[in-house]
Amino acid sequence: MNPGPRSNSSQLEPLLRVSGLGKQYVRRRPFSRANIAVDAFHDVSLTVFPGRTLAVVGESGAGKSSLARCIALLERPTTGTIELAGTNLAALSRKALFSMRREVQLIFQDPSSALNPRLTAGEIIAEPLVIQGEGTNSQRRARALQLMEQVGLDPAWERKRPLELSGGQRQRLAIARALALGPHLLILDEALSNLDAANQTLILKLLTELQAAHALSFLHISHDLRLVSEFADEVAVMYEGRIVESKSTRNLFASPEHSYTRELLASVRSVESILFERSA
Amino acid sequence: MRYLAQRFVHSALLLFAVSIFSFAILQLAPGDFFTPISLNPQISAHTVASLRSQYGLDKPLPVRYEHWLRSVLRGDFGISFAYGTPVAPLLAVRARNTLLLTGTSLLLAWLLAIPFGIWSAAHRGKWSDRAGGIVTSSLLTVPDLVLFLALLLLAVRTGWFPTGGMMSAGFDDLSVAGKVKDLAIHLLLPALGLVLATLPPLVRHVRSAMIEVLEAPFVRAARAHGIPESRVLLRYALPVAANPLITLFGYSIAAMLSASLLVEMVLSWPGVGPLLVDAILAKDVYVVVGAVMLSSLFLVAGNLVADALLFATDPRIRTD
Repeated sequence: MNPGPRSNSSQLEPLLRVSGLGKQYVRRRPFSRANIAVDAFHDVSLTVFPGRTLAVVGESGAGKSSLARCIALLERPTTGTIELAGTNLAALSRKALFSMRREVQLIFQDPSSALNPRLTAGEIIAEPLVIQGEGTNSQRRARALQLMEQVGLDPAWERKRPLELSGGQRQRLAIARALALGPHLLILDEALSNLDAANQTLILKLLTELQAAHALSFLHISHDLRLVSEFADEVAVMYEGRIVESKSTRNLFASPEHSYTRELLASVRSVESILFERSA
Repeated sequence: MRYLAQRFVHSALLLFAVSIFSFAILQLAPGDFFTPISLNPQISAHTVASLRSQYGLDKPLPVRYEHWLRSVLRGDFGISFAYGTPVAPLLAVRARNTLLLTGTSLLLAWLLAIPFGIWSAAHRGKWSDRAGGIVTSSLLTVPDLVLFLALLLLAVRTGWFPTGGMMSAGFDDLSVAGKVKDLAIHLLLPALGLVLATLPPLVRHVRSAMIEVLEAPFVRAARAHGIPESRVLLRYALPVAANPLITLFGYSIAAMLSASLLVEMVLSWPGVGPLLVDAILAKDVYVVVGAVMLSSLFLVAGNLVADALLFATDPRIRTD
């Protein structure tokens, strides 16, 4: 859990403010004119402050990933607004939205499918720069090499392809790509879930270092409360498409209100007690 | 390079196995080319026996196979009993015609399948994609024979297309442009049949391969970077989706060849198909074996082409 001084966020302007966000998927019922509407999530409000981490925790099917896609502007929400650094994203023109995309970057659960298998490590990191039309070829390459070093990848691997890298190295590569455009918000969509315990710790450490170095904000989406409690400043608990509880990590652990939160905490504690008993 | 060499040896072994197999299977069928003659009371048993020994049909199978294999290695594929000519030139003409038909159809089918598949993947779930799905699945359910017969009926009823053959009566007197046009008109219907028979699965495979890649997180990441949709389709998704499609290309050659036998029969295209069927009915052994070998050769060559393409386009195979 995070120490106290960072939890004093009330005076800061939020980087991301999501209010009343909802997403409904409509599907046509086969052989009928009737539609089936499914609410992925409903009336979600969140705030992420600069340099802070907000974790969204919930079981699978709770609507976390749909929420991530909406905030990353991959899907249009049905209701509500997303404000990034004071700008309402829904009101933006195509062109303005295009340049706004550099502010928000996604990191996915499975790094092997998150990287284009046909490109080399160097090309993968330079890809967002190419898409956004930034710099010359040699500038982009220099930036890619610099980023590889930053995330702990040997720049000599520039010409390696994702398949030649290990799981942890691939996730580092995905992080380097996400950093290429100098974003302010990183959405970690179960970004640690596919890694083994040793790599989880290493990547977590890397993310914490990067956060300090670049004043990054993280929106960490996960089903694993134990994992996010390690570095989240605040936790929002999502249950059946709604945020049922949202408070600082310390407060959440100290005084959980919603029954689902208590269940989550109980499972974390039981895992911890098992581990403790074993080591004793 | 080892990969390609391996594939090559593999193909050679396969052809060898096919030759043994077709020889053995033909032996299992009762009678031989001279059986109908031996039933004729005016021809003595002695004459038939001497004919059999003249063509080596009295020898046991392994001996005949060995004899055949030796002559094949010299470039001699034996003699057709029915035509009384060497098999090789007979097959060469038919092979050229079959290649013209299947090659044209293969090219057309893929030239249609790729844009259609990409288009319906890009419009997934929309009414246009569904309409395309209905068309392809209806075509899939129509048996090839019915399809070809329908085309024949169309040609007969309308008189717009020739009902068979590959050139008109006065072909030799035509100018070069006239010859090309005449050939194209004759080619149109059989090629259309083959394209319609093989296109639906190709479109569906292109579509599903594209959809799979379009949903991959790396495409989502590129979208989050603001990549334009046309570039997503052609520069990002298509190259990654290409691998299974290149393998499918090899299979599509096989599908094309087997469908071509039927289309050649129904629409009287003078290719390997009708020759093979006649030879099987007449038990014209060396023509059958030759034609089977030729079809296998096409097939193997098609798969080799697919392997070579895969080798050229996929860095993962090269690094092995």
